[in-house]
Amino acid sequence: MAGVGSGYDLSTTTFSPEGRVYQVEYAVKAVEQSGTVIGVRCVDGVVLAVENLRSTKLLQPNSLRRVFAVDRHIGIAIAGIGPDGRQMVSRARSEAQNFRNVYAEEIPPSLLAERLASYAHVYSLYWHVRPFGCAILIGGWDETSGPCLYIVEPDGSGYKYRAYANGKGRTAVRTALNKLNFDQLTCADAVSEIALMIHQSRDIAKDKPYELEMAWISEVCDRQFARVPMSLISSARQRAELEHQQMEGDASPGADAAEAAGTNVMEES
Amino acid sequence: MHSVKLVPCELTTEPIVTGSSVLGVQCADGVVLACDTLASYGSLARFQRVTRFHQPAAGVVIAGGGEYSDLQQLFRITDNVYRQEFCHEDGWELTPRALHQYLSRLLYARRSRLDPLYNTVAVAGKGRFLGMVDMYGTAIETNLVATGIGTLLALPLLRKRWHEGLTMDDGLACLEDCLRVLYYRDCRALRTIQVAKVSDSGETFISEPYDLGNLQWKVAHAVTEKLMI
Repeated sequence: MAGVGSGYDLSTTTFSPEGRVYQVEYAVKAVEQSGTVIGVRCVDGVVLAVENLRSTKLLQPNSLRRVFAVDRHIGIAIAGIGPDGRQMVSRARSEAQNFRNVYAEEIPPSLLAERLASYAHVYSLYWHVRPFGCAILIGGWDETSGPCLYIVEPDGSGYKYRAYANGKGRTAVRTALNKLNFDQLTCADAVSEIALMIHQSRDIAKDKPYELEMAWISEVCDRQFARVPMSLISSARQRAELEHQQMEGDASPGADAAEAAGTNVMEES
Repeated sequence: MHSVKLVPCELTTEPIVTGSSVLGVQCADGVVLACDTLASYGSLARFQRVTRFHQPAAGVVIAGGGEYSDLQQLFRITDNVYRQEFCHEDGWELTPRALHQYLSRLLYARRSRLDPLYNTVAVAGKGRFLGMVDMYGTAIETNLVATGIGTLLALPLLRKRWHEGLTMDDGLACLEDCLRVLYYRDCRALRTIQVAKVSDSGETFISEPYDLGNLQWKVAHAVTEKLMI
């Protein structure tokens, strides 16, 4: 049997002799092909952002979203297969609701992350199910510790991050994230930083046009989940495109102009 | 093998901890609700400073009487509905009228299951909305609301004093007078009350509990057994 897994990749119930579970690794591949997803925990809140790739111009602006509200104080951004992510969001909403019904308090984001990780993990244990083809970024406001960012991956592992990126542009963006000063970074700063990171991580020649989708849970919006105002996103994006042009201006002045013109599908609504 | 004795399922047939009347009036510039802060345990004035108001969102207030635990449950269910709406992010928000209808369906469904929520609820909201729903799901949208024994004691007084152009302040004065009458006559009423105002534009104010005051017991001697017939 030819191929990568050589017979060991047919089910999550089979380990390869090297101790790998190929089906789960393939799920991770699905995440890595997705549009870039970024989460940043700032001093006054947490920002979730997605490079929402548009396969055709016929798509309605702001449709097929990848950032969702789970509860008033929690939001989720999806990297990977959209429907799989939405299933996680749906599960997250019922977990949050359930916690409230039992304890009359909002669910701590850490606990939600834990429960979603267990949920994802279960889907890597049985032959009759496939793992989730998505990684999710959980941004939330914890009553005791403030803004926080958690990640749940297809294998069912969960992490707490200061900043995280996944999807196509992850390598470049992660390098850029490392340079941020998280002790001073505010949400407003993060919005422009993220816009620039996403713009710079793109392959001008190959990548599809994108919409920049952003939401935050921050002091400015009463510690509640809210979409970043469209005007703010548009201006951040314009600045990013300009900055990018200037940085690469000497090298190839022609290509950037095309990028700026071709990808600006964002519309004020 | 043990034998299973089949008995009919018995559900709550009478409320235990109860709130009394809720009053509401629709005015020219908004809506006012008022009720006392008592939750009685039978005839015992058990919990004297509990709120029977709830504000699930900006511009909507609900207040209820009847079984207090059911009322709490009803408030929780309402909150959940609003939270789901928040998560949908479709730009649509539940209007007070929609909530009124929702509560009607909820209470009707529960009574049809023979497991009613033992409450009568008043809904006030922006756009001068005032309505009430009883424990059977009967939904009424009116300019005057009185529940429980208030239907008998307060409603006639409210009808007499209500007129077009009544301001919220005047409306509140009417409700306070009615609550005084209720305090005299209703053995499950308290003189500590709370009021809620929702203006046309949705500005919402729920007061802290305060004492009714200005009570007049001098005429009490006139109320004798003879007079009561």
